[in-house]
Amino acid sequence: MSSVPGSILVHGGRVVDPASKIDEKIDVLVVDGRIAEVGPELTAPAGAVKVAAGGLVVAPGFVDLHTHLREPGQEHKETIASGARAAARGGFTTICAMPNTDPAMDSAAIIDGVLQRAKDVDCRVLPIGAVSKGRRGEELTELAALREAGAVAVSDDGDAVADTSLARRAFEYLADLDIPLAEHCEDPAISQGGVMHDGAVSARLGLRGQPASAELSIVQRDIALAEAAGAQFHACHISTEPSLQAIADARARGLSVTTEVTPHHLCLTHDAVAGSGDDLLYDTDAKVNPPLRTEADVQACIDALAAGVVDAVATDHAPHAAVDKQCEFDAAAFGISGLESAWAVVNSLVDSGRLTLSAAIERLTIGPARAWNLDRGELSGLGTLQVGAPADVALLSTDAVSRVEPAGWASMGKNTPLAGHTLIGVVAATISQGRIVWDGREH
Amino acid sequence: MVTEQITQGAQTSTSQAAQAGQTAQPVGVPFDEPITDWRHRHLLDVDTLSKDEILRILSTASAMAEVLDRSVARTPALRGVTIFNLFYEASTRTRSSFELAGKILGADVINVSGSGSSVEKGESLVETLNTLSAVGADAVVMRHHASGAPWLASRTIGGHVVNAGDGQHAHPTQALLDAYIMLQEFGDISGRKVVIVGDILHSRVARSNLWSLTTLGAEVTLVAPRPLLPSAMVRGALEPEHPLGLPSVRVESDLDEAVVDADVVMGLRIQNERLRGKLLPSSAEYARRYQLTSDRIAKASPEAIVMHPGPMNEGVEIAVDVAHGPQSRIEAQVSAGLAVRMAVLFLLIRGGA
Repeated sequence: MSSVPGSILVHGGRVVDPASKIDEKIDVLVVDGRIAEVGPELTAPAGAVKVAAGGLVVAPGFVDLHTHLREPGQEHKETIASGARAAARGGFTTICAMPNTDPAMDSAAIIDGVLQRAKDVDCRVLPIGAVSKGRRGEELTELAALREAGAVAVSDDGDAVADTSLARRAFEYLADLDIPLAEHCEDPAISQGGVMHDGAVSARLGLRGQPASAELSIVQRDIALAEAAGAQFHACHISTEPSLQAIADARARGLSVTTEVTPHHLCLTHDAVAGSGDDLLYDTDAKVNPPLRTEADVQACIDALAAGVVDAVATDHAPHAAVDKQCEFDAAAFGISGLESAWAVVNSLVDSGRLTLSAAIERLTIGPARAWNLDRGELSGLGTLQVGAPADVALLSTDAVSRVEPAGWASMGKNTPLAGHTLIGVVAATISQGRIVWDGREH
Repeated sequence: MVTEQITQGAQTSTSQAAQAGQTAQPVGVPFDEPITDWRHRHLLDVDTLSKDEILRILSTASAMAEVLDRSVARTPALRGVTIFNLFYEASTRTRSSFELAGKILGADVINVSGSGSSVEKGESLVETLNTLSAVGADAVVMRHHASGAPWLASRTIGGHVVNAGDGQHAHPTQALLDAYIMLQEFGDISGRKVVIVGDILHSRVARSNLWSLTTLGAEVTLVAPRPLLPSAMVRGALEPEHPLGLPSVRVESDLDEAVVDADVVMGLRIQNERLRGKLLPSSAEYARRYQLTSDRIAKASPEAIVMHPGPMNEGVEIAVDVAHGPQSRIEAQVSAGLAVRMAVLFLLIRGGA
């Protein structure tokens, strides 16, 4: 990993580092791409850049387990560079790139290409390899080779590994490789092309619905397969109460089951597709997979996040070109661009008392880092502000009011149903690998 | 029956008018006066119409029926207006009735279909709509396979949009013509028992009828096997408190019980591919449990009427003798469609500024 020589002193902020149980007004000194010192009233070495953090929370840089960067193949939606810029603006310093590119990231050569392209961008990019060749769900990829090339997990995200026998063999093989299978939990035999949540709103709108059972079906199957194989099952973007319950039960039994929720499933329901009801919106920006669910599901996601059943908030950042969304609802692409609004969504839960600040930051930093064992080797200390950790720091406002305005985003994907919403929380500045990659304080 | 005369009148008189190149002075509707009290620019569904507004459309339709009854059924009410019929799905009755409705009102009506147009070359819906706007469409009558497409259209073009059926969502003119038939029969349908039988899940006719019938005060019962009901209804709750849900109505699985004392029994079309074992066991089992038979209709009110939006699978969802029997209003529904669509085009284009 490249790092920038030199020093940065972040002073006067409230340091919140859940891994070290630190929450106090102290300084953070970065030297040569590593955290060099954390303590009160630190002195800046000669030539150090001083970053005033008064009134801000100083946290470890965020880790996103679920980002779609679209490169290679769909650079009109997002590139590795533009996605990384968006990440930096969102406080993310490490993002895990999903393999549903074109071609899919199903070989060591393609993963190597992505890593090359990601070398000098504004955050760390960790690739996720495909489970099956071409993501077709028929034959396993060379999973060990993908891991050696740098894959931190494998996934056919966008689709589940629908073939149960293939999923079983993948879990068995992965048990020796020590990386998780990150599953898109949607049983296609149940969801059958559904374009939104199956419920009162889909009934009203005449849109095909995906029932909650489509998610639960794969969650339960994969718990059984991973337990039998002794492998790790990571359930991506869980969106329903029954699935969270099944995952909580599996974790209580000590199984290696981890999970994530997205910001949009923490704040929006299927109502967003319809709008107010007077003029039905059929809002394609609210078309996402898994779909936005019921109010009870949103509450269950928040509760599970607060309780620690959920390891991570992951954005499922899915940028699309305008033309992919300006069409009939059935024809529109699934996905929400999420990197640049994630902090405001999560912090708004803190602001309303649903989540502690420490838990919020934990689920964005050490939570995801530990869920996938990312904090090892060169990345030891990832997701923390401990001495020796990578110099990844997010400076956060927890009380600034922010209006979601995707037109000004760095991401090429402006697609979000949150556009125009007012939230609480702003990412003021981001330091990634010892370099200031975002400084919103200038604006 | 009055409505059958409407059809005959329309057919003969339009051909006469075409031959003679004449126009007739309308009666019953103040065609020349501006309409200042109609607030809707589009007709996307009946869910945003008040009871008074539905009754206004239906009384305008009655006046249109009088026009159709005249020897020369033509009026210049929409002269100079250009209406595009944009049909992405096949349709006989809806499309021809909208076309005729526009022509009788003096509008220029242009048909655009999915095949034989730029749609086949992959032109997007938004582009097609922009094109129609650019060539001066005052109104677009639209049928589309995607639920919600007319809402997209209403936000894309400057003219009026009339939904002629979108996906599995809404078919407002069908619901209005169904209400027209029921009001013609009963005068007032408040408290009348309407039973809708069949493929509710996939039916835009059922959805729109739910709105208009509940707005008009009818007591609606839906009857279907569970795989043909939206899951929100199957759970019994239908989430009645959900502000964005469908109106809360009675849902039954047993037609023999539900049909007792019904004033209206409406069958819905079931597509054959849904009866081949994947969704439902068989056509025969469906017919046994849900076909509108004379035995079942006999349990309804003695003055009950039988309706169906067509096209029918006779012998599947409806028995042949019921479809063509004395209680059937199925042909009258087709005829009423013309007057109702004339009324809709007239009110929207002349009134909905």
